[in-house]
Amino acid sequence: MRVKVALFATCLTDTFFPSTARAVVRLLERLGCSVEFPLDQTCCGQMHFNTGYREQSKPLARKYTDVFGGYDFVVAPSGSCAGMVREIHPTLGESPPRTFELAEFLVDVLGVTDVGAWFPHRVTYHPTCHSLRMLGVGDKPLALLRAVKALDLVELPDSTQCCGFGGTFAIKNAETSTAMLADKMRCVLDTGAEVLSAGDNSCLMHIGGGLSRLRTGVRPVHLAEILASTEEDPWRATP
Amino acid sequence: MARNPVTWLGSPTFPKAAKIALADTQLRQNLRKATGTIRGRRAAAVAEMTDWEQLRVAGEQIKDDVLSRLDTLLLQLEESVTARGGVVHWARDAAEANRIVLDLCRAENASEVVKVKSMATAEIGLNEALEAGGVHAIETDLAELIVQLGDDRPSHILVPAIHRNRSEIREIFQRRMGVEVSDEPADLAEAARVYLRQKFLTTKVAVSGANFAVADTGSIVVLESEGNGRMCLTLPDTLITVMGIEKLVPTWQDLEVFLQLLPRSSTAERMNPYTSVWTGVTPGDGPQKFHLVLIDNGRTATLTDSIGRQALRCIRCSACLNVCPVYERTGGQSYGSVYPGPIGAILTPQLVGDMHDPQAASLPYASSLCGACFEVCPVRIDIPSVLTHLRAEVVEAKGRTAESVAMAAAAWIFASASRYEKAQKAGSLARFLARDGRITSLPWPGSKWTSSRDVPAPPAESFRAWWRKNRCQK
Repeated sequence: MRVKVALFATCLTDTFFPSTARAVVRLLERLGCSVEFPLDQTCCGQMHFNTGYREQSKPLARKYTDVFGGYDFVVAPSGSCAGMVREIHPTLGESPPRTFELAEFLVDVLGVTDVGAWFPHRVTYHPTCHSLRMLGVGDKPLALLRAVKALDLVELPDSTQCCGFGGTFAIKNAETSTAMLADKMRCVLDTGAEVLSAGDNSCLMHIGGGLSRLRTGVRPVHLAEILASTEEDPWRATP
Repeated sequence: MARNPVTWLGSPTFPKAAKIALADTQLRQNLRKATGTIRGRRAAAVAEMTDWEQLRVAGEQIKDDVLSRLDTLLLQLEESVTARGGVVHWARDAAEANRIVLDLCRAENASEVVKVKSMATAEIGLNEALEAGGVHAIETDLAELIVQLGDDRPSHILVPAIHRNRSEIREIFQRRMGVEVSDEPADLAEAARVYLRQKFLTTKVAVSGANFAVADTGSIVVLESEGNGRMCLTLPDTLITVMGIEKLVPTWQDLEVFLQLLPRSSTAERMNPYTSVWTGVTPGDGPQKFHLVLIDNGRTATLTDSIGRQALRCIRCSACLNVCPVYERTGGQSYGSVYPGPIGAILTPQLVGDMHDPQAASLPYASSLCGACFEVCPVRIDIPSVLTHLRAEVVEAKGRTAESVAMAAAAWIFASASRYEKAQKAGSLARFLARDGRITSLPWPGSKWTSSRDVPAPPAESFRAWWRKNRCQK
């Protein structure tokens, strides 16, 4: 029986990183799922909630329940947004449908670590704070990456330290955020990796924004895009 | 109402203070080294314990039980202490507590007091109040002494001089003690020992804080690592202990949990080196007069907040400071309070109790919500949740701002998929600002982002547009 999955793309990925959401669709379909994308979805309300606009996040949490309530599985390519739904929405009076971060869904629900991917690049992986501490995905993303053919995985030093994004923190405390970013970039560069991967495009946009500003040549690539890449149809950098 | 001295008068908001601290190369180096070392040591000390998670839950539950019946437990403590020859004083706020301690010192004709390291007395600004009343307080904890002699402010709960390295300490000691000393830790400690020994032997009044107070026995517990506390708690004739009302545990047996949780979390020690316990007055042994000053100073108000009150579980271990990526870079003084770091960001504003205070209101935002603090907290204070809770209070207190208008607009857009999609299309026009796929400069407040990071050019086609085109049946 095909597992029916609703994709919660997240507003950031939908708007800025469509290649990640397309990769999720491709990957899940390759693994035998049927994927739906309810067009009525928008945002989980995390920005509002985390910045102190709790009341304004409530209708967005409600909307999420309305849009995804009929599905057994919702998958998001973001530990942060999945964490918002799972940990915070209940505090806003919602009973959200079962929502998974991508790596969790692959390993825990589908029971796969080798997804048949091929990615001939040197990669380091940043475990994002909310996937690590809110959802407890542990080393599931690393297990998935280790099973990718031709991928040279290098360990990121001080990997569990926050990159300094923190949503509006990056604006409100821009200097401190940048100081955290500088150390994260140093760790990334120390690995000699050409690709930095993570399960959250928000953190990748932050670290990637710094790597780009300094013209380091290191490319941020979401985990989903690595896992979707195959020898027959390899990942290509989107312009 | 008098201002609460838990924040330092004239402190700038966190972002402003942090900006200055971030430029201090020596501070950055000192903090990176110190917090990195203690983080590793704590992780190793905790990893040895197979029942650590159960201990954390026990710590949380005992403290929550205390907070739920604080009124009766405090009366029980008063009764126990009084029965054993101690005198209990109640202070509503800092000013009242300071006046009580000063009066007690005057009653003993004391012009000097020796002090055991204490957060409660730092919170109420006791040293300054005593000095103004003609009583000089001598800090005897090595790090507190360094801060005091350097006319400095503390930057850490456990290691208040963590922002100083040994050559800076050497300079302070030479200047203030008038001695020649090397920058070897053993020599510096010896210089402090010689300086303090005379004070211990001649000073008649000591002031301490308390790590725990046992309600059913009236026992007070102080944990320290240097032996200075033991001197202060046994040699003087009079002992005055200043304690926040939340420091209670119900029974003697409850200490078992905290005497495991606290040392491993704070100093990464398996067992605390000097644990002093006293119960009232023991004739012929130790201080013959014992006063316990119980301070509220914003705690009862904090207790009324069902989410915020968990900050009162804090046992002041500092583990959250040591793992905090923000603290590690800005240092403790940026928080403008004796309570820095993640716990300070939730405790200080609640003790101040006024979110219209711009400095206090900036503290809940001094976090990326990474959650490292919650992970290590020995009493499981969910600091990220309290931070977002307090941010909501800040937003409410501020009323209408440019930010709130923008947030309301964003919420309105997100409330409807069609509005969202229109906004997405309009926003994607920003790709024409991009060169080589990146935007390097945006107007304020986007400039706060682009000051150090590029923004990827928005794609011409959003995911939903792609889905509509390729996956939707016409």
